Amino acid sequence: MSKPIIQIENMQFSRGDRVIYEDISLNVETGKLTAIMGPSGIGKTTLLKLIGAQLTPSSGSVLFQGTNVHTISRTKLYELRRKMSMLFQSGALFTNMSVYDNVAFPLREHTELDEDIIRTIVLLKLEAVGLRGAAELQPSELSGGMARRAALARAIALDPELIMYDEPFAGQDPISMGVLVKLIKALSKALNLTSIVVTHDVTEVLSIADYVYILANKRIIGQGTPAEIKQSDSELVQQFLQGTADGPVPFHFPAQNIADSFLGTAK
Amino acid sequence: MINKRTELLVGLFVALAIAAALLLALQVANQGMAGSGEVYKLTARFDNIGGLKPRSSVKVGGVVVGRVSRIYLDEQELIPMVELEISEEYGLTFPDTSSLSILTSGLLGEQFIGLQPGFIFPEDLVMIEEDKVCETDTLLDCPYLTDGEEVLDTKSALVLEDLIGQFLFNQGEE
Amino acid sequence: MNFLQNLGRSTINKVTAVGASSIMLFGALFAFPIWKNVRLTIQQMYVVGVQSLLIIMVSGLFIGMVMALQGYTILVNYGAEGSLGPMVALSILRELGPVVTALLFAGRAGSALTAEIGLMKATEQLSSLEMMAVDPLRRVISPRFWAGVISMPMLALIFSAIGILGGHLVGVDWLGVDAGSYWSIMQATVEWEKDVVNGVIKSIVFALVVVWIALYKGYSCIPTSEGISKATTETVVFSSLSILGLDFILTALMFGIS
Repeated sequence: MSKPIIQIENMQFSRGDRVIYEDISLNVETGKLTAIMGPSGIGKTTLLKLIGAQLTPSSGSVLFQGTNVHTISRTKLYELRRKMSMLFQSGALFTNMSVYDNVAFPLREHTELDEDIIRTIVLLKLEAVGLRGAAELQPSELSGGMARRAALARAIALDPELIMYDEPFAGQDPISMGVLVKLIKALSKALNLTSIVVTHDVTEVLSIADYVYILANKRIIGQGTPAEIKQSDSELVQQFLQGTADGPVPFHFPAQNIADSFLGTAK
Repeated sequence: MINKRTELLVGLFVALAIAAALLLALQVANQGMAGSGEVYKLTARFDNIGGLKPRSSVKVGGVVVGRVSRIYLDEQELIPMVELEISEEYGLTFPDTSSLSILTSGLLGEQFIGLQPGFIFPEDLVMIEEDKVCETDTLLDCPYLTDGEEVLDTKSALVLEDLIGQFLFNQGEE
Repeated sequence: MNFLQNLGRSTINKVTAVGASSIMLFGALFAFPIWKNVRLTIQQMYVVGVQSLLIIMVSGLFIGMVMALQGYTILVNYGAEGSLGPMVALSILRELGPVVTALLFAGRAGSALTAEIGLMKATEQLSSLEMMAVDPLRRVISPRFWAGVISMPMLALIFSAIGILGGHLVGVDWLGVDAGSYWSIMQATVEWEKDVVNGVIKSIVFALVVVWIALYKGYSCIPTSEGISKATTETVVFSSLSILGLDFILTALMFGIS
């Protein structure tokens, strides 16, 4: 087996006084599609930002191809980031330029290619996501699913080695969802990309992932191939997979006893 | 991305700003006419300069020919000294016998220096013609005002309090 | 004790904000000499400069006209209406030109910059740039910063020129002040370095401050609708107060002590 592209070791992260992660370790294997699942609000997006070094952990390390992304210089980090790309939940297309210019943007910024070659690459990438016909539209004219596909075309414009998908399925209708699932699977298999998919849509992701981590309560509560995860005997994992309302992940946000808070007997 | 129309409009914007700067320079501040250019210096001593300030104008019959460049006190005599810059355009124009007086434009206006051109003796004219005294290096004998020369004939500013004092004094005598 | 704690915390927050905004400013300044940025700066000059032109020109015209009208009614009492030219020119060149331009600029362009950058942050466009290995300070902040700093003095010059022409329109064409004395007394009084250049210097200082505040407020805002609207309001309020405060300091330095 090849070396993992991403190794996270004993990472802790807190925002202000609130601890988001205590002691997380995980590996992402090169060329595989790794899913990171967990309930909303536990900072799955934060994890991706930590990998992209937009945020710095309070302790522990994140290695990308063996390099610690948080200790290298800014110039080195920018070189490293060219090998990874990220698909944001909103798409994050630049609203002041057309779809075509959006996809061409990383090429124009990072390469010295002729406009002719850029045009060819851009149209190929748009063809791959099925939006070649929408090249001249403005981002505001696209539906949510199309915006995400356009953003995907932009994310693969520089042929990265790693793509991180932040909630790619959230808020999509079943058809767009199906299209995105197919695209993500096709891209990771055809281009031999390493993919990290952060999501809470269990069924979709279990159908395409090679390996799954489940995050909850600030740490990893389960990991394995989709088959292993489904067989897990952890109550937490089962609650998450089946979507039970109450269980180890409590229904209630931590609060004082209801009787105390209504009758004022606290303090 | 960026299109031709944007570039054109930004170009127009820059042109407009340059036009505004030119208008302010030439029409409003009158830069490049009297402000810069070659000048020669004269000095003069007054008993009282009144409200005269650096950059007050020097006029001949209302025509601006120069400006006050510096005002200071003569260290020995403790008398106000005024340094004038006269445009080189008026070089070798005003005779030695010209006089300076501090005048006020209008009742409340600014004070300025009025230059009253003097006259040249006929024998001096001959000297200019024959001895070329105005083409030597030192210009000492030149009967015109030249760089660094002092104007001897000056009239001080009229100070209202002094005038009233004089008037009352005269009344008292009668 | 609680009061002291709050005071300490808010002081620390203020100092942190000054530090963070300075770091941002340096990032933007040192990103300037990159050729690609020149085109981006021109594009932003269109947004902050050309699009502010109309409001600046109209305001300049009216302020010049009002100055002439007000000045005339006072000066005519002393028979000194010939001094209308220098009065209009000096008050516009020294004060109204730079200050009113800066205030209008803060309202027109500053708030738009804050809102634009705040929205780019809220829609993850800034994060997305960073993940594409493009420095948002270089790509987004720097062109806007330089465009603002270049545009504002130009706008102030245009404002002053149009204001003085507006004064001419009312004073000479309408109220009948002699055109010769309007211009000639103005020319005798107005000095290039002292009045025009100092006005431009003021304007450059205001531009630095307004653009800096606007960009920092957008860059550091909380990326929600309330956060952006609060940041936009703060941009206008802080810029306006800074302009007026700095104007006093600059005026004292330039004209106060001879």
